Amino acid sequence: MTTASAVRPASTEEAASALAELSSPVRPLGAGSRAEWGGPDAPGAVTVHTGGLDRIVAHNPGDFTAIVQAGVPFAELQRHLGREGQWLALDPPDRGGTIGGLVATADSGPARHRYGGVRDLVIGITVVLSDGTVARSGGTVIKNVAGYDLGKLFAGSYGTLGLVTQVALRLHPLPARTATLVAAIADPAALTAAVLAMSRHPLEAMALDVSWAGGTGRLLVRFGGVTAAARAADAAKLLHDVDTDVVVDDESIWAAQRSAQRGPAVVKVSALPTDLPAVIAAAGDATVVSRAALGVSYLCFPAGDDLAARVTAARAALAPRPTVVLDGARLVEGPWTAPDPGTLALMRSVKARFDPAGMFRPGTYVGGI
Amino acid sequence: MDGHELVERLRRVVGDRWLLLDEHELRTYESDGLLQYQQVPRLAVLPGTGEQVRACVAACAEAGVPWVARGAGSGLSGGALPVKDGVLIVLSRLNRILEVDLDNGRVCVEPGVTNAAVSTAVAPDFFYPPDPSSQIVCTIGGNVAENSGGAHCFKYGFTTNYVTGLEVVLADGTLVTIGGKELDPPGYDLLGAFVGSEGTLGVATKIWLRVVPVPEATRTLVAFFDSTRQAGEAVSAIVQAGIVPGAIEMMDATTIRAAEAMAHAGYPVGRGAALLVELDGAEAECDAQFTQVTSICAEQGSDDVRVSRDEAERALFWKTRKAAFPAMGRISPNYFVQDGVVPRTTLPDVLVRIDELAAEYGLTVANVFHAGDGNLHPLVCFDAAVEGQAARAEELAGRILDICLEAGGSITGEHGVGVDKRKHMAKMFGEGDLAAFQRLRCAFDPDGRANPGKVMPTPRLCGEVPGVYRQHPLEAAGLAERF
Ligand SMILES: Cc1cc2nc3c(=O)[nH]c(=O)nc-3n(C[C@H](O)[C@H](O)[C@H](O)COP(=O)(O)OP(=O)(O)OC[C@H]3O[C@@H](n4cnc5c(N)ncnc54)[C@H](O)[C@@H]3O)c2cc1C
Repeated sequence: MTTASAVRPASTEEAASALAELSSPVRPLGAGSRAEWGGPDAPGAVTVHTGGLDRIVAHNPGDFTAIVQAGVPFAELQRHLGREGQWLALDPPDRGGTIGGLVATADSGPARHRYGGVRDLVIGITVVLSDGTVARSGGTVIKNVAGYDLGKLFAGSYGTLGLVTQVALRLHPLPARTATLVAAIADPAALTAAVLAMSRHPLEAMALDVSWAGGTGRLLVRFGGVTAAARAADAAKLLHDVDTDVVVDDESIWAAQRSAQRGPAVVKVSALPTDLPAVIAAAGDATVVSRAALGVSYLCFPAGDDLAARVTAARAALAPRPTVVLDGARLVEGPWTAPDPGTLALMRSVKARFDPAGMFRPGTYVGGI
Repeated sequence: MDGHELVERLRRVVGDRWLLLDEHELRTYESDGLLQYQQVPRLAVLPGTGEQVRACVAACAEAGVPWVARGAGSGLSGGALPVKDGVLIVLSRLNRILEVDLDNGRVCVEPGVTNAAVSTAVAPDFFYPPDPSSQIVCTIGGNVAENSGGAHCFKYGFTTNYVTGLEVVLADGTLVTIGGKELDPPGYDLLGAFVGSEGTLGVATKIWLRVVPVPEATRTLVAFFDSTRQAGEAVSAIVQAGIVPGAIEMMDATTIRAAEAMAHAGYPVGRGAALLVELDGAEAECDAQFTQVTSICAEQGSDDVRVSRDEAERALFWKTRKAAFPAMGRISPNYFVQDGVVPRTTLPDVLVRIDELAAEYGLTVANVFHAGDGNLHPLVCFDAAVEGQAARAEELAGRILDICLEAGGSITGEHGVGVDKRKHMAKMFGEGDLAAFQRLRCAFDPDGRANPGKVMPTPRLCGEVPGVYRQHPLEAAGLAERF
């Protein structure tokens, strides 16, 4: 029986033997860049550091795939892929996080509009369960329907089902050029109308975001490809009586969108595009970053004494739309809106089968799982 | 509940008319699209509402009887093959489109709605991208179960990328919602686990789908090459250039010959390979890339690149591609359609290996495939009238999957495992992997009543979790063993 307070496996096999020996609660940890998301871990939980799982096992540029260990820093992977003109088409706010942490939290950024989220880009996964079983699902090809898709089940599971040690990823070509249409619109209803006008058009935009701050809003539509700037200018024609601008050197706009997804307290909202006015109304003094055509928004609250109260009020105003408190999770009783009882029972059943000993981060997930 | 009681209870749920007991009537359902497997169910029900489905499943649960859901029965892996003594739940009457919400890009349908009907419901401005060739008949419920794909999946993704929510009847007769109309509801991505689970985790009774705007422009060309190697290299060069075609389909010499005889599109018989490339998207971007694709094809050795001038010509190009399977009947009395995947860059070598193997077996293998994602559909030709040839053809089809696995691929890209490919599962997955699959299945259906005998290579039972070990009746009878 191991009594260490932390282990640092350097391979899937080492992780398997370490876990097989442990009986206390464990907590997988990458760089800790999203460590406070979810509920607090049990006191005395053994930390399983993934930092030793630091290899980019394979990059097959011709196949647009890569196999990566969980502890590889996200930024390092992107740098590596970028040399071949490729990227993992995910752009979450990055504070030095790892691939494992990204998969476990299913975090994403503006590119989700075009490329989907973690679940859509993980094509294979290797996990270690609490009894030390090593299991793989999927493979290394982008099309594959053999067996159950455990990659999706583990994406967003916050380390509560097992330890992700390695993933196979689908990659995309980096766009040759980008350009962003920026439209300033101060009325939430008009802003939403502009979003819908865009999302009903076959623009093939890379990103379609809204930013709302200080009582006014902006629609941001990013295009990629050799004709990016021309397409951004064309898209502007869909809007009437609106101030628009096409920005070619647009990286700073998107860096700002990403960083506005993190803060003292951040509430992620699952809604529909037509709910945008309600989301803005509920935000109060929070800034809003919305993947407007997807209906997924992030409310970022400024610090202050009544932070918890503002977060709680916004969530209440948004109910029954599900919300999750990401940054600042500790401020609230339950960071997750509970699923309905039947769905939660099924989730518990999944947890009980994958982690019957209840070792992986007990009590930290949805509904107290 | 005894057998008689179960029948009466089901009769009360669906009504006399929608309960089938007659052997003759039941024969309609003895196979899916893979005709070599046949099994008549004990009875079939055709419920008319989601609530009736739930009540049927609940009755089966109480009676301890296994059941199989069936959509259109177009599956190609025996997924909807009935189980002996079990109930077949036919979903064809659940064919209503419940909601079309184009502002939010969502459609809500019952499982028996056909794939093509979804695109029709949102036309002309929107469409539903996953487009299996069987789209006129196959159902969304079947697509969800199989995670179906089609020619446009390389760019647009598969069924799993378009389902946002499901209402599911679990094997114990409870109804749960997983996912929703909106994205990212909190908790495990059970939706991701359910899509592609081949009817083994429950029955989907309501499905929310994402639909997208019809692309502004479409450009289609077909290029002819001397060999599949050349065509394969052209595919790699196109993708390497950062171009993601809407569709990129390849046919080999045998397929061209057969399909041209049926479609009469003027494909030059005798050429080694045809590559159908379709780009879609914003007009300006599409045109810029199309010029690039045209020159890449020429650089890779094609001296015959034909660009469709209008919709009629585009339809003609596709007609030949779509004729590939049915046309094979003209050159061979029988054939098996295999479904395997390889990393795209290995395509040229894999095709050579398949040719060598076909020569070794003295059989013809025609190749037609979704080249962008490396999904092969080798057609193994044989004559069932020749003693032993069917068995040899089947063996050859299996060895082609070995080649796919050696190249780092998969035993199925879109047809699923069903009953047909269970025997290959252990080649692709180890014991730990299979045990993890079983954990998922047990979480949804601990008594193993939903589509038993599919997907997993050997029957397995679920242990009690948590709690004490109890022997399962099947185990006691020596019919199955615990993993
Ligand atoms: C000519 C032809 C071409 C084809 N082309 C393609 C192609 O291009 N791409 C592709 O991916 N497939 C293709 N297929 C295979 C087949 O059409 C697909 O697998 C399709 O999704 C099956 O749908 P179905 O309604 O016929 O399902 P069925 O065959 O009736 O059932 C398939 C599986 O789904 C389960 N099921 C059905 N309904 C439900 C439900 N509501 N809830 C839970 N489980 C359910 C069944 O139990 C079974 O396991 C083709 C088949 C044919 C005959």
